[in-house]
Amino acid sequence: MTQSDTLRRIVLMLPALVAILLLVGAPLGLMGWVSLLEKGTTAGVDWGSAPSIGNYQRLVWEEDFDGTLILNTNYLVIFLRSVLQAAVTTLLCLMLGLPVALWMASLSPTGRAVMLLLVTIPFWTNLLVRNYAWLIILREGGWLGMAVDALWPFGPVQLLYNDVAVAIGLTYSFLPFMVLPVYSVFEKFDWRLVEAAHDLGATRARALRRVILPVAMPGILAGSLLVFIPCLGAFVTPALLGGGKTLMLGNVIQMQFGPSRNWPFGAAISVVLLAVMLLAMTALALWRNRRSA
Amino acid sequence: MNIRRFPLTREISLFVLAYLYLPVFVLIAYSFNANRTATVWTHASLDWYVRILNNPSIRAATWNSLVLAISAATAATVIALLAALATRRAFPGRNASETILRLPLILPEIVVAVATLILFVAVGIELGLGAMILAHTVFCIPFAYLPIRARLDGMSGTYEEAAQDLYANRFRTFRRVTMPLLWPGVLAGFTLAFVTSLDDFLTSFFLSGPGTTTLPVYIFSAIRAGITPEINAISTVMLVISILLVSLSFALTRLRR
Repeated sequence: MTQSDTLRRIVLMLPALVAILLLVGAPLGLMGWVSLLEKGTTAGVDWGSAPSIGNYQRLVWEEDFDGTLILNTNYLVIFLRSVLQAAVTTLLCLMLGLPVALWMASLSPTGRAVMLLLVTIPFWTNLLVRNYAWLIILREGGWLGMAVDALWPFGPVQLLYNDVAVAIGLTYSFLPFMVLPVYSVFEKFDWRLVEAAHDLGATRARALRRVILPVAMPGILAGSLLVFIPCLGAFVTPALLGGGKTLMLGNVIQMQFGPSRNWPFGAAISVVLLAVMLLAMTALALWRNRRSA
Repeated sequence: MNIRRFPLTREISLFVLAYLYLPVFVLIAYSFNANRTATVWTHASLDWYVRILNNPSIRAATWNSLVLAISAATAATVIALLAALATRRAFPGRNASETILRLPLILPEIVVAVATLILFVAVGIELGLGAMILAHTVFCIPFAYLPIRARLDGMSGTYEEAAQDLYANRFRTFRRVTMPLLWPGVLAGFTLAFVTSLDDFLTSFFLSGPGTTTLPVYIFSAIRAGITPEINAISTVMLVISILLVSLSFALTRLRR
């Protein structure tokens, strides 16, 4: 490889790098700064205000009339609900996605291609529309609601606007993110290892636990991250299926940039969200390194 | 005994397929329902489709969505094509470049959207179609990049070497040899970028400004105002367009190399 070749490749890379750094990197940096400012009276941000960590404090404490700080659990509850909801969704996606990936691996090449297309299509179709479809199904007077009411003897059941509805919607939204990476591991998997395990007297369950799952681990971890991160920042699903009752971080961020017009506070919540995401990614990387060491 | 078969995996898979597709079919079925309440089935009709065709706000939103998706997908495909040609072979900084290319995929969209809103307002970029095109172009880059890179990885360099042996210069080799082999990948990348932009709600929601709604933003505000059969019809149209385009992209990536 010559020096001019390197130079040519860097020049070809430049438009992509400049676009992403200017329109992703720079905004995130600016957002970090804005999270330290105060909200403006007319615009969203008072650019001249002195930087402070007040917005981060507001997440946990609020100022009483006499200036003493008292604990405010409003945002803590939403934060915990978001993390919990994301964790539950990840678990549900794993419980459903792993068997699907396993089954896909047992199919003929044509069967695999068809399943791959079937799992991929929802990933590319409109998230908003797909969540709206659940709104129709779960709402009062919808056919699922009527079916449940007919079977449930203790009065009408509210299916919509609760944590369960949000979990159903989130799992539905992000399930392909779990199936695809796990399946990609099984696709390359050398099944003779399982054969060897059977020859050595392992039962099917033991072969699954001791041979297949360890091999699938990288895919499971990648899938978990791909489900967990967008769940944490979910806005559409809780907005449609959670109603106003079960807010998640994404809804609170939207409120600060919408009706509340408190951009610095919204920026601070976004920074917290990014921090949790980085934490999850680091934990995963560390865990993976320890295992491979 | 087939060692690849595990009990219950088939049943769970069929359940998952039903879980993924049943809501979609329910939505499509309701869009053809003549009844206004959308819960009671009376008889099949195309009323709601006629109605959305004649709705001026939906027409305007459709137009905005198309202009946005075509502009963003075109820009993203050109940028992604150059990047894919660069990362085809190793060079110092290739790994870092590929990580940066993947950034828009990893970051939570709402965070990037509000951060972009702050930046645009701070530097005085007016919200609206232009702002949305800029933001969409960036998150479409990785979607356009992946199929182009995959196609390049599957191409052997021998044809290009032959062209160079026959004294074709670099540009001529690219135009006459590389591009004709690469175009299914480029088209697949463009299609995926187009679908991604067309379906995007969150980024457009924050950057659309007053007066320039896209279809998903229109649908969201319409749902907020109350469920109507028109929403079922317009949602069905969006679903069908995405499914057709993604299948097209799938077919393109499977074209014989």
